[in-house]
Amino acid sequence: MSWEIVIGLEIHVQLATKSKLFSGAKAGFGAAPNTQTTLVDLGMPGALPVFNQEALRMAVAFGTAIDAEVCKHSVFARKNYFYPDSPKGYQTSQMDHPIVGLGHLDIQLEDRSIKRIGVTRAHLEEDAGKSLHEDYDGMTGIDLNRSSTPLLEIVSEPDMRNAKEAVAYMRKMHAIVTTIGISDGNMAEGSMRCDANVSIRPKGQEKLGTRAELKNINSFKFIERAINVEVERQIDILEDGGKIVQETRLYDSDKNETRPMRSKEEANDYRYFPCPDLLPIEIDDAYIDAIRQSLPELPDQRSARFVSQLGLSEYDASVLSASRTLADYFEAVVLVCNDAKLSANWVTGELSKYMNQHNVEIDQVPVTAVHLGQLINRIMDDTINSKGAKAVFDELWNQAGEVDAIIDANGLKQVSDIGAIEAMVDDVIASSPKQVQQYADAEVEKRGKMLGFFMGQVMKASKGSANPGQVNGLLKKKLDLLC
Amino acid sequence: MTHKTLVQIAKDLAAGKYSSREITQDIIADIKARDTVYNSFISLSEDLALGQADAADARIKVGNADILTGVPFAHKDLFCTQGHTTTAASKMLANFVPPYESTVGQRLLSAGAVCVGKTNMDEFAMGSSNESSFFGAVKNPWDLNAVPGGSSGGSAAAVAAGFVPAATGTDTGGSIRQPASFCNLTGIKPTYGRVSRFGIIAYASSLDQAGPMCQTAEDAAIMLNAMAGFDEQDSTSVQQETPDFTAELNLPLHGLKVGLPKEFFGPGLNPQVAECIMAAVKEIEKLGAQIIDISLPNLELSIPAYYVIAPSEASSNLSRFDGVRYGYRCDKPENLMDLYCRTRAEGFGTEVKRRIMVGTYALSEGYYDAYYVKAQRIRRLIKDDFARALSQVDVIMGPVAPTPAFDLGSNTKDPVAMYLEDIYTLSANMAGIPAMSAPAGFVNGRPVGLHIMGNYFAEAKLLNIAHQYQQVTDWHLQTPTSNSVPVSNQEKGA
Repeated sequence: MSWEIVIGLEIHVQLATKSKLFSGAKAGFGAAPNTQTTLVDLGMPGALPVFNQEALRMAVAFGTAIDAEVCKHSVFARKNYFYPDSPKGYQTSQMDHPIVGLGHLDIQLEDRSIKRIGVTRAHLEEDAGKSLHEDYDGMTGIDLNRSSTPLLEIVSEPDMRNAKEAVAYMRKMHAIVTTIGISDGNMAEGSMRCDANVSIRPKGQEKLGTRAELKNINSFKFIERAINVEVERQIDILEDGGKIVQETRLYDSDKNETRPMRSKEEANDYRYFPCPDLLPIEIDDAYIDAIRQSLPELPDQRSARFVSQLGLSEYDASVLSASRTLADYFEAVVLVCNDAKLSANWVTGELSKYMNQHNVEIDQVPVTAVHLGQLINRIMDDTINSKGAKAVFDELWNQAGEVDAIIDANGLKQVSDIGAIEAMVDDVIASSPKQVQQYADAEVEKRGKMLGFFMGQVMKASKGSANPGQVNGLLKKKLDLLC
Repeated sequence: MTHKTLVQIAKDLAAGKYSSREITQDIIADIKARDTVYNSFISLSEDLALGQADAADARIKVGNADILTGVPFAHKDLFCTQGHTTTAASKMLANFVPPYESTVGQRLLSAGAVCVGKTNMDEFAMGSSNESSFFGAVKNPWDLNAVPGGSSGGSAAAVAAGFVPAATGTDTGGSIRQPASFCNLTGIKPTYGRVSRFGIIAYASSLDQAGPMCQTAEDAAIMLNAMAGFDEQDSTSVQQETPDFTAELNLPLHGLKVGLPKEFFGPGLNPQVAECIMAAVKEIEKLGAQIIDISLPNLELSIPAYYVIAPSEASSNLSRFDGVRYGYRCDKPENLMDLYCRTRAEGFGTEVKRRIMVGTYALSEGYYDAYYVKAQRIRRLIKDDFARALSQVDVIMGPVAPTPAFDLGSNTKDPVAMYLEDIYTLSANMAGIPAMSAPAGFVNGRPVGLHIMGNYFAEAKLLNIAHQYQQVTDWHLQTPTSNSVPVSNQEKGA
């Protein structure tokens, strides 16, 4: 049977506010347990939440950035459940009246076509603390530093049909939230993570299959792997005549498998009701418009500019604008070398290749944009040829250094001294009488191909540093004279 | 020393008749000697109080005193007091020492008031008789067989017994006014949002409001001046200028329009209580007020609606008492579920558990619309009733409770009978309007309070009326010890 995959994502974005959603404690990562807490985050008796207006501004900025409905009236609700890292016994979230309503996001598919993914809603909520199961002698430690840090939960429609689409959607969201500056987007630290609702159904069937919810996936790579391995699991079950159980599952990246989570409660009835400690959020058009006006250039706008101003192809433009850091990097390279096309080639080519090989994201690459720009400058002023450039890039990647110093130290400077090149050409011709004879015997139209041997010999003799254009011209001239 | 008003003590302190330390020591000694009878205090904060008293004496000495500087008062044990046990009258918090002070407490301390101790109450403020306290029932100083009312029963008894001139209370459905009525005190529940809830252990957040319980309207106004004010730590606190609540005390009542809702004088009302109230209304009419019959048609619905909304909020508010971070924890929990179940089963009393169960049920999937949403609609109707009535009249008067203080133990078997005690008080909390109780006579030696309700932020008006009434009556000056059998209304009116 042929199956259709249906995926919806719930993305949790930690908002980059200075303080928490409902308290004045610092909202940061990595501090000693329970040092970034106030009475509110600890759930002390009589402590009351105070809504951080900066989180509101950020949520509205997100809503306007994806052109979604921004709700003028939204309400915090309590989601009641018992868990040790939930100090109040409820999580303050939004249920019936979220801050952001219907919107959408366009993603680029592998075949370069554009697909529109529906965004159901986005709502503000506070994060829970953390249970620390190691290091406490069989006991569990509770760290409430993360308690009440602000999250924006972005819920998509089940519009994605394979894991790659889900990754493209997540990457696009990442680009938007980092571009508008509402999150640092640091997935390793959990600033952006997602739950994937995955189901399958026979192709052509309208009704959705039973879904599994894959919780807390925190890298682009894991999203793809987790969804693929979950889809395989579901297909195996259904094709063996089994049934999918609706449940939450965890992706284990070491074993590359998903497995059911220990359920917190048999049946969850969260008993949502409006939080009586917080007033409803009321905002007006002026507030929303002011935020809309102050938005920076968004990824789609940036892509359009790359085409119109820099003359990039639509494809290069969309690849380069897919992440704020990548686009910033690219533009920084252009700023140094002033050649957008060459910069695009290097960023989408050599740089991307190395990033894949070394499994790093753009913000971790060891080659700075300035160095890459300088490297491109040396190609453009004929100091090095492209082969030498790749060698310099490899050096820059593996150990720090200045472009010109690397060129000098490795003798990569392109030899454009016509006398030196002529001497090498003469040497090669003199030491290859057999090949010269073959060249002379060949028909004129086949000689071009045979030139390659002599090119190779000269470049070898120059240790790759001869200007290939000059070598080519001289060889042709001298060989033709011999024929 | 007993039964001095706050104003009298302030005058004596200013005149140097005694120091704050002296009166504080006297009061603590008096409580130690006599409170074994009433059980109005859960704990005394002697060391903290003497420190505060000394600081107050120093302020008085250098002429930097506020009217409350050096004046002793008591806190309902629902207000978190920094460094001193705050129990909410529950086993759950019997060992809880807050590292912070409530905003109200902080404001009173800043004014120089001296907190001598924490008063008894219904557990987590849930009750109308002060019989649900983990620390035992409180006895009404007017009649030891009677309840003092609840939930602020300890505060009421502490003032009525003459220990302190003032005590804080909280009122979620009548918990200041009903014990004030039962103990012959002047108590006011301000407009919702007037007084910060920060640091007061929450029962039902959308209804809770703190206020003072005193012997006179003037004392209550002075206390409220210190307690009220915008607090950025409470999002429901109202960002509005706080007036001087004593400023209007002496205004005449000429032309005041008083509404008497017929629903407050229905068949459930004890006829002798009705007589007291009508006599008080007559007195106010004599002062120049105009009496107008009005109707609050949805009053009856306030009981079922309140007993859905308050327990719903409570079920969530009390979830934090789970044995994980502070308070009571069961012995040797086997696992997490066992920790939760036994901690809460052992830590909470019957009435608290009943309300948690009711609230959990009302919020459950499938019942939420039928209960919680419907109750909120009724709340809106009640608000509208008051808006309509208060467009016709300045204030509304009636009884605070259908009966005088009832006998200890008489309602404990039947929670619904107990809930019906709140019929006249719940609606002010549902609407968020200010309301107060002022002494208005006695029935068989047990006090009766006059209920005065007004529009949002009209506390000064309510206190003005009570104060003017207290200028021509002396019910509020009666004390359990002033004469062995207080005279009844008829006798006095003669």
